[in-house]
Amino acid sequence: MGDLPQFVATSSLLEPRPEEGPKDKTMVLNMGPQHPSTHGVLRLVIEIDGETVLKVVPDIGYLHTGIEKTCEAKFYQQVVPMTDRIDYLSPMTNNLCYCLAVEKLLEIEIPERAQWIRVLLNELTRLNSHLVWLGTHAMDIGALTVFLYCFREREEILRIFEAVSGQRMMTSYFRVGGLALEPPLDLFAWIQKFIKIMPEKIDEYQNLLTGNPIWMGRLKGVGHLSAEDAIALGVTGPPLRASGVDWDLRRDMPYSSYEKFQFKVPVSNDCDVWARYIIRIEEMRESVKICQQALDGMPEGDIKANAPKVVLPDREKMKTQMESLIYHFKIVTEGFTVPAGQVYQAVESPRGEMGYYVVSDGTAKPYRVHMRNPSFATLQALQTMCEGRLIADVVAVIGSIDIVLGEIDR
Amino acid sequence: MTLLDKDAVLKAHAQNRAVASLQTSLPDAILDAVFDRSEFTLTIAKDQIRAAASVVQQAGYNFLEDVTCVDWYPSEPRFHVVYHILSHNLKERIRLVAPVASIDSSIDSITPIWPSANFYEREVWDLFGVRFHGHPNLRRIMMPDEWPGHPLRKDYPVEGYR
Repeated sequence: MGDLPQFVATSSLLEPRPEEGPKDKTMVLNMGPQHPSTHGVLRLVIEIDGETVLKVVPDIGYLHTGIEKTCEAKFYQQVVPMTDRIDYLSPMTNNLCYCLAVEKLLEIEIPERAQWIRVLLNELTRLNSHLVWLGTHAMDIGALTVFLYCFREREEILRIFEAVSGQRMMTSYFRVGGLALEPPLDLFAWIQKFIKIMPEKIDEYQNLLTGNPIWMGRLKGVGHLSAEDAIALGVTGPPLRASGVDWDLRRDMPYSSYEKFQFKVPVSNDCDVWARYIIRIEEMRESVKICQQALDGMPEGDIKANAPKVVLPDREKMKTQMESLIYHFKIVTEGFTVPAGQVYQAVESPRGEMGYYVVSDGTAKPYRVHMRNPSFATLQALQTMCEGRLIADVVAVIGSIDIVLGEIDR
Repeated sequence: MTLLDKDAVLKAHAQNRAVASLQTSLPDAILDAVFDRSEFTLTIAKDQIRAAASVVQQAGYNFLEDVTCVDWYPSEPRFHVVYHILSHNLKERIRLVAPVASIDSSIDSITPIWPSANFYEREVWDLFGVRFHGHPNLRRIMMPDEWPGHPLRKDYPVEGYR
């Protein structure tokens, strides 16, 4: 047994440690956990020399609710509503990732229509999440107007989600084996109307921001992160692509029939906050295109897999067929068993790679559910991006990595 | 196609770059190999995990996605520390599993190889109580510093101690 590591109390972060020499000139600043621009309950302990940042130490865990532990005590289908609460800005992506993981364990085929509706709603989720990001990021920088514009369109997406699932934010619409229920009849016409106006709305946001000298001054050249650092620090999603790494799980490791859609993956070599802004704006345009393709080619058919032991039967069948009633009773009271094994399923969430690692021991409850969340890993790059820069840039950098504390702390 | 036998898996996937490099440089590190649901799992001896991670990285698996742990209480070895490693060029993923016994629940840190393992290893220490040798800053990350016990262990009650 080798040397055990030295443990350092959180409070000692606030004091200069003797081995690092005297620090008469520096000051330790505590930012958060109630700071408005930390997007939740992120606490940063920042060591500054004048206006220059020397060290940024994130202190997380204020929102830890033990979701992974709770999952182990639930049936497989009961975990779905918990996944929404992890990343509350992209609930559908969480639902999808978990359902795909369990479906992979069960090895069941999902009907094409269900897969396409999943893609459609996932891209709306991406638009929703990026709109919140753009609004709050602009507000952090001082452009308050954009927030109202973004939330105007976001409201429409939330109304669509409400029509689909009955809930605005915690949708829980996907089920293991398909979808919860057939979407309402006028839904596709509604989404069509929405995505028709969306490109000009994105132009509107860009008119407000892209040419704005203050916006450019605050974003350009700030928060530099090289491709090597990004890979070493586990950065995924738009920040990785803004560092020049051409990687998108939707294109490179497709899931849920993403291989049938044509879209571009925006990449930039600028490596700064500005590049991340441009990448996300371009991603919103691509999401609109994917939604259009999904609406144009929406296949007909079932929305649930043909697996009576896993998927709840239709209401009508339950009232007329004995077997359906029995299966319904058994699934609700005893859950469904999943063959033993372990899978890791990754999807491209609006923030980067979201992965669910599900271990089954052959019973009706998951033995272990672990979520790999993009913000958690990306937060580690904060030190690299802020070091040697001004204290005001920290806010811009936090905004550019688009953190959601719900998924960091879980 | 599911393959559960070690020799059969290693033979069928001999052209896999991670397997080829590991068999050349660390032949006795691979304890088991499983190919299940189109996912590739290699069980690595605990004391060789850092060397194995380095070999896999050299073989082109450049991106560490995730480090986590599974508690198989009461069987031994109790903890399985799980690493998911992705290759951007090959577009494939490999899973390394290192069994850790409860009598000495510690393992070498891979933070010197992938700095991104830092937070993940702190999380595993916090929630499972597996220590990582050579970790630069092994403190609790989710729970308060003075918290008793490690919540994700199977012998820790779901509703906590009251």
